[in-house]
Amino acid sequence: MATKVKLEQDETFSRGKLIRVRFFRNKLAVFGLFGLAMLFFLAFVAPHLDKFKWDQLDFDNMLSPPSLSNGHWFGTSQIGGDTFALTMRGLQKSLIIGLLVAFFSTGLAAIVGASAGYLAGRTDRALMWVIDLLLVLPSFLLIAVLSPLYRGKTWLVFVVLLAAFGWMITARIVRGISMSLRERDFVRAAIYMGVPTRLIIFRHILPNISSLLIIDATLNVGGAILSETGLSYLGFGVQPPDVSLGSLIAEGTNDAMAYPWLFLFAGMILILTVLCVSFIGDGLRDAFDPGATGGQAK
Amino acid sequence: MLQFVIKRLANFFLMVIIAGTLGFFLASTALHPRSNYDGRQPPIPVTTIDNKLDGLNMNDKTPIPIRYQHWVGGLLKGDFGTTMDETRVNHEISTRIWVSLRLLLVGSILGSVIGVLVGVRSAVRQYKFFDRFHGISAFIILSTPVFLIAILIKFGAIWINTKIGHTLFYTIGEYSPGLEEAKSSALFLNRIQHFLLPTLSITLGGVAFYSRYQRNTMLDVLASDHLRTARAKGLTKRQALFKHGLRVAILPMSTLFAYSFGLLITGAAFTETIFGWNGMGRWFILAVHQNDINSVSAVVVFSAVLVLLSGLLADITVAALDPRVRLR
Repeated sequence: MATKVKLEQDETFSRGKLIRVRFFRNKLAVFGLFGLAMLFFLAFVAPHLDKFKWDQLDFDNMLSPPSLSNGHWFGTSQIGGDTFALTMRGLQKSLIIGLLVAFFSTGLAAIVGASAGYLAGRTDRALMWVIDLLLVLPSFLLIAVLSPLYRGKTWLVFVVLLAAFGWMITARIVRGISMSLRERDFVRAAIYMGVPTRLIIFRHILPNISSLLIIDATLNVGGAILSETGLSYLGFGVQPPDVSLGSLIAEGTNDAMAYPWLFLFAGMILILTVLCVSFIGDGLRDAFDPGATGGQAK
Repeated sequence: MLQFVIKRLANFFLMVIIAGTLGFFLASTALHPRSNYDGRQPPIPVTTIDNKLDGLNMNDKTPIPIRYQHWVGGLLKGDFGTTMDETRVNHEISTRIWVSLRLLLVGSILGSVIGVLVGVRSAVRQYKFFDRFHGISAFIILSTPVFLIAILIKFGAIWINTKIGHTLFYTIGEYSPGLEEAKSSALFLNRIQHFLLPTLSITLGGVAFYSRYQRNTMLDVLASDHLRTARAKGLTKRQALFKHGLRVAILPMSTLFAYSFGLLITGAAFTETIFGWNGMGRWFILAVHQNDINSVSAVVVFSAVLVLLSGLLADITVAALDPRVRLR
């Protein structure tokens, strides 16, 4: 009877609730979550409140500094484009690309890492070899070389490339944990009951590393945004006429001393976005596993 | 130990060969040197273009495996081929490699040494002002792309220059043109003035990155028994920390150095572009825009060699520091 009562108490304070409580106790993580929500609002709702569209040119106001009176809150570019609308458009692109890339690269890392760790032997050696090879070549070089393949085509190809060259380090970590999970009793039981390998990986291995995957996916969003803007800055990423925060900064820096608003807003928003994402990722890590190294790292 | 090094060396060469092959095939598939001649007025005859591309070993009418054979044949003789601008790739490498290496070596050494020291101090003063201040600034620096750091440093320097009415920092190139004939001391000072900003922009990221990891590993070590023993036998706190603490705490870092070297090369490419240094990274970016397959492949080989060398160095450091690895 006593144990039953205790169980009920445990249920009222479930793991999910515990994690939520720990997460919201972390001021930086809450700041990050709030900031990211604001940025999403800015990116997807604010452009509808602005009277200028991102691809619309205002020939009466070229190179106007930021002002409230003429409606160009962030000023205008050399050809009269509204910097606010352009920055928001770039933020949309960077956010979407960051989320998609993080989702796919973490997914790929989970599957490859768990397969390598669980199957061991030859599969493990082959997959690890591929990982080592991809780590030898900086992903920036590979994507830049391949950039002509998606020039003039959809930016989704760019997302696929970013994900395809960004999963290796997470996969290595997942492999390490899967190797130890393989020896655990519940996995052994599943093996002896004849559960197929694929199901063991998806039902028994991956759910047990879900917290790691969630944390890594969050941190990968920041990494993906950094890679995307870097490549776009050099003209290897999002292609004109479409804009990303990286390509906006590249255009804005030509005359940056005289007209700093051309790149400064995009730059600050970019830093803020990545900062919020890494605060959330760090907060999640502390919430999931307060004892881990890197916990409390502020 | 010797066997360990030989095994690593063999793996090293295999990886370089595969990375180079991959680089050549990717570049040959993705880049179209022929498109450089599109839209010229008057149009260039196809046979002229063919002849030129054949000479460069970049003709898309020749199957890639055959071009690869040519390329490898040249490589075996130590020849990387010809660039789009008809200069030897070897010549370009010989001038540019030092520009990049200077930036990369100084940047990585400064970044890792300062990063380790800052990390150790942060760990020792956990939750004190230094730790909190450094933690927040590291977060901000790591959230800023390298190119933005470089741009902000560049414009900050220009702003300082105009404020004090004197060019203290130079933001373009390695040295001021026309100074080659000047006295060596003047040229040296001038080079330093050019060198400061790009190095700073590479170093900052490294310091932020390494110090965060070093802080975590150091915190683990600080709580360990052997450090208490070291203090108990009469070492001062500083001696115990640096002799017994850091040696253990730095181990996981050496592997990190190897992994992050690729990021460093990427960072150098941005820094070279923004500060107008004619290094390997800037060359690579120009080469991709010019569809220059030979130059691109050369830079891919160069960066693979650098990443692998740093990995090898990390392995040897770990083996030297950790007796358990040596015995295995």
